[in-house]
Amino acid sequence: MQPFQTVSGVAVAYLADDVNTDEITPVHRSLEPDFAELLFARRKRLADGSLDPSFPLNRAQFAKAEVLVAGRNFGCGSSRESAVWAMLAVGIKVIVARSFADIYRDNCLKNGLLPVVLVADDQDQLERDVIDADGASQAVVDLVTQTITSPTGTNFSFEMDAAERTALLEGLDDIGVSLREEGSIRAFELGLAIDSPWLIALPVATDID
Amino acid sequence: MPETLIDKIWSTHRVGRRIDGKDLIYIDRHLLHELHAPEAFRKMTAAGRKVRRPELTFGVLDHTVSSAVGRDDQSNPDGVDFIRAMRAGTSRFGIRLFDLDDPFQGISHVVGPEIGLILPGMTYACPDSHASTVGGLGALAFACGTSELEHVLSTQTIAVTKPRSLRVLLGGRLSRLVGGKDVALRVLAEIGVAGAQGHIIEFAGPAIDDLEIEGRLTLCNLSIEMGARSGLIAADEKTFSWLEGRPYAPSGRDLELALEAWKSMRSDADARFDREVTIDCDGLEPYVTWGTDPSQALPVTGTVPDPDTLAPERRDRTERALEYMDLAVGTPLVGLPIQRVFIGSCTNARLSDLKVAAEVIAGRRIAAGVIGLVVPGSSLVKRQAEALGLDVVFTDAGFVWGESGCSMCAAGNGDHGEPGERCISTTNRNFENRQGAGVRTHLASPATAAAAAVAGEIVDVRDFLDRG
Repeated sequence: MQPFQTVSGVAVAYLADDVNTDEITPVHRSLEPDFAELLFARRKRLADGSLDPSFPLNRAQFAKAEVLVAGRNFGCGSSRESAVWAMLAVGIKVIVARSFADIYRDNCLKNGLLPVVLVADDQDQLERDVIDADGASQAVVDLVTQTITSPTGTNFSFEMDAAERTALLEGLDDIGVSLREEGSIRAFELGLAIDSPWLIALPVATDID
Repeated sequence: MPETLIDKIWSTHRVGRRIDGKDLIYIDRHLLHELHAPEAFRKMTAAGRKVRRPELTFGVLDHTVSSAVGRDDQSNPDGVDFIRAMRAGTSRFGIRLFDLDDPFQGISHVVGPEIGLILPGMTYACPDSHASTVGGLGALAFACGTSELEHVLSTQTIAVTKPRSLRVLLGGRLSRLVGGKDVALRVLAEIGVAGAQGHIIEFAGPAIDDLEIEGRLTLCNLSIEMGARSGLIAADEKTFSWLEGRPYAPSGRDLELALEAWKSMRSDADARFDREVTIDCDGLEPYVTWGTDPSQALPVTGTVPDPDTLAPERRDRTERALEYMDLAVGTPLVGLPIQRVFIGSCTNARLSDLKVAAEVIAGRRIAAGVIGLVVPGSSLVKRQAEALGLDVVFTDAGFVWGESGCSMCAAGNGDHGEPGERCISTTNRNFENRQGAGVRTHLASPATAAAAAVAGEIVDVRDFLDRG
């Protein structure tokens, strides 16, 4: 995973609540889909297939947005990781939401996309600032200092679990971190084989009687 | 100290603590499907990683497989690459795949329980948000993304901070034709789609004791729609007898040992939960959704709500939902004309679901102009249903009887509705465009969906049957 570096970029607001992963990325039909195209594939288009000019991410000033400001329960629904990969594919590196669906937040962390939740009053202010700036100036998101500077210059600080912060800043290999405990995993499996053999030694089965 | 069921599963599966403070939880069973596993296989191959316990890992083909009778790899042109990549990947890593012609083919969440792969007190991982279905057997499921799937394949563990616990106590008795789906929609209407965020739910109470195992699987299936990490129900005598004789379930001396362990896998009487919600299920009506998220649900005798009477944060979503669903405030749900019916999915396509739908359908025909599709949740369910003659009941009524898979639930296999159609569906998500561009989905139980198919409109299945 790439280490997370301070982001200075345009912020875009899409403030609906309960934006689900079907909306973020519909089920893909190819093993190697165009994730940028897949992002909000239906939401960003009108019935005739043309881009909806009123959809925030379609507006020219947000074409290179790196920060997405979102509503409550962002990323609910399916566990599909394409809903994170598609954000990264268009250059979104930070999502500041009122809250995240649990699996979506996990998927962000595993891909170096920073999920931020501010206290409600700060989120209100950030939303106003981002709408006022309308892409004309940049926001800064610094994970080292755990601060956000809005595009109009308001400063906010945010909470982040220390281990998650370290993993993002160092770009840690999550599997590698777990494999440091391989001795414990092996010992656990030996214990299972003795105490609960049915859990670990499966019968051979090919059909039902 | 008294413990919850969640505490007990956690402590019996905790391998250790990682350097970053996360618990490393051992995963007893891992099921993969063809939509997400191929990408993980590709990355593991590139990184030179091995699957730690291939014999505890199984693969299914469900999301992209055609439901057409006589199907093969190419019946759904969009699925062929996924199916073949799944076959190649499972073969490379030594994982058993339940292929298209395997007796155990089907939807992961249906197959796992029915062949006895998932047992009480177990941990389970699956790269699909409906993994928690297996909570109906008292197992703790982790639904995961592709990176997490790679982690489980490589380490047979998941690194996670223990979620909070929420007990949903369901009192009262369920009446006839009201089941797990109706209970789930009732809970959703109460707590909302983010109501259980950060929590694992334990469902308990008299209404749960009354539910048969397959109804419990349905209820737990919808935990993710409540925003929960997972959901489960303590195993009881019903669970033990349901599991008896299933191909991968223990037998003989192993079963004696297992039973002893399983019986202790329930929350202690004075165990404390981080949160509790109590809902009385006495007199619970069949539930149907009217909106575009599963919490936008009402008793079938209800009327479409007025956004102005709702809390401000729900108002916008409600207005948008009514527009998409083409519904006016105050419209009764009963009488809404429908054009399509889907009976299937990991939520409601087990044998008992098909039985109840067939009882409603028997001797009747689908209303003119309505298209009906029944897709069993697994090839075993299909075979068992056919042995009972249910396929004939459905086809005589005018339904298409399909081959097992996810089918129209997420419309990933070529089955979908048409723009503007109103579809009553036994699935789990009524999101915009999910069952096809512009399709308006109403979630309901198999009994309610079957009655609507015959009536050509949403009806109260209890009245429908009483009318004869």
